[in-house]
Amino acid sequence: MKRRLWPAQLALLAAIFVAWQILTQPGLLPPFVWENPDRAAFFFGEPVKMFQAIWAWFADGTIYRHLWVTLEETVLAFLIGSLAGLAMGLWLGLSPAASALLDPYITAMNAMPRVVLAPIFMVWFGLGIWSKVALGVTLVFFIVFFNVYQGVKEVSPVVLNNAVMLGARRKQLLRYVYLPSATSWLFSSLHTSVGMAFVGAVVGEYLGSASGVGYLIQQAEGAFDINTVFAGILVLTAFALVLDFAVGRAERRLLQWRPGQSETEQL
Amino acid sequence: MPSAVSFENIACTFAARAGGPAYTAVKDVTLAVGEGEFVSVVGPTGCGKSTLLNVAAGLLRPSSGTLRIFGEPLAGINRRAGYMFQAEGLMPWRSALANVTAGLEFRGVGGDEARRRGEEWLERVGLAGFGDRFPHQLSGGMRKRVALAQMLILDPPILLMDEPFSALDVQTRSLMENELLELWSANRKSVVFITHDLEEAISLSDRVIVLSAGPATRPIGDFPIALPRPRDVAEIRLVPEFIALHDRIWHSMKDEVLKGYAQTRNRVAG
Repeated sequence: MKRRLWPAQLALLAAIFVAWQILTQPGLLPPFVWENPDRAAFFFGEPVKMFQAIWAWFADGTIYRHLWVTLEETVLAFLIGSLAGLAMGLWLGLSPAASALLDPYITAMNAMPRVVLAPIFMVWFGLGIWSKVALGVTLVFFIVFFNVYQGVKEVSPVVLNNAVMLGARRKQLLRYVYLPSATSWLFSSLHTSVGMAFVGAVVGEYLGSASGVGYLIQQAEGAFDINTVFAGILVLTAFALVLDFAVGRAERRLLQWRPGQSETEQL
Repeated sequence: MPSAVSFENIACTFAARAGGPAYTAVKDVTLAVGEGEFVSVVGPTGCGKSTLLNVAAGLLRPSSGTLRIFGEPLAGINRRAGYMFQAEGLMPWRSALANVTAGLEFRGVGGDEARRRGEEWLERVGLAGFGDRFPHQLSGGMRKRVALAQMLILDPPILLMDEPFSALDVQTRSLMENELLELWSANRKSVVFITHDLEEAISLSDRVIVLSAGPATRPIGDFPIALPRPRDVAEIRLVPEFIALHDRIWHSMKDEVLKGYAQTRNRVAG
């Protein structure tokens, strides 16, 4: 059962684009939904033109600046959100009083759709990268916070007592037991939180900015240029895949102490 | 000379849970473990053996009574005791070596010095070359060895062991018991060894204390084990003196075990 799947996966992708092109290219098929032969291309775009748009972006290099801005926002949102979530999770996890006091606020803020904060951040931080970073941070923070909080709560009491008996003082417990346990939960939420940072960046750009891939999409949409909109989406998707791959690599390095499904060696 | 560990009229009562009555786990416990003595404490399941050990470790404050360590009343964590838990106590995110050296690190001994001593102890418990494995990559017996090295590297004068080998299979278990005896005889420490297995208790110890069934557990028997050392835990079980001792102690325990069993059954039924 060790067959390589990627040729089939690539073939499927090619088939989707070919079918898309056949169905939307004006004049290729007799019109069967709309009277106007250009209508399908107007709504759904044509893959060939999308790839031409992407090619143009990369050929003249305009895309790199926008990709860089989006990446910058994503990374900053992830880092700031993770650090804040880690600190807050550790604090509330270790302090039952604070946790009881803040519980309703945390629940309320998590339940609130945070995208509506984007206009406020725009007013506070301007049209530059920081309003997007702020939006990403609000998304990342809660994922990390809940994971770390859980991580602190679920530290095995035996491991804790064992560390105490080995001579760990309070501060050392924090550093040697709570922090590693909490960060392991943080790392296991890495895929979700990086994804959320990315969402925050792109949505922020889309709602108002002067650069970034979200901005490109928004501009093209304003001109009813559906091909460029799809081109932007394709670039974003590819970018997200690369990001996810990088996260997967990092995760494997950082969590190598965790038991995998069948890698346990009994000797 | 004062005893290494001495319980004086120790009682532990746990606060009521959700309307139920308060539960007295142990009561009127007075017993002493001499310096360099290996004492096993046996008793029926759920009789509060671990409670006593937690008191000796300073993890649990007794409701009344005094615990003395080398003559001094214990306040806070017992810094002169090593504790080997029944359940997994290793830090899963640290390699075997890092787990063994954790106690040194807590005491400010780090770097090459800790590493060297850690490797030495890994070798002594038969795990040379396994230092970079994480706990999940080790078998149950190997994890117990790491826990043993983790405790012994700090050279505590008192060892508290809570059914440390109960999760192991029989062969691994007698191997570990022999290794424990060997390590102990090289550097005699005072040991409080909790177990529910009478054979294990007799084959390892200088003295066996029998506890009554809970609640309000207290010692009801104290048997010196005058078997020659060094011992092999598998072979000593066949010696006639061992069998005679086993008989005597078992007789004193039997009623309590049945009582404990009946209580557990009632609790399940009710």
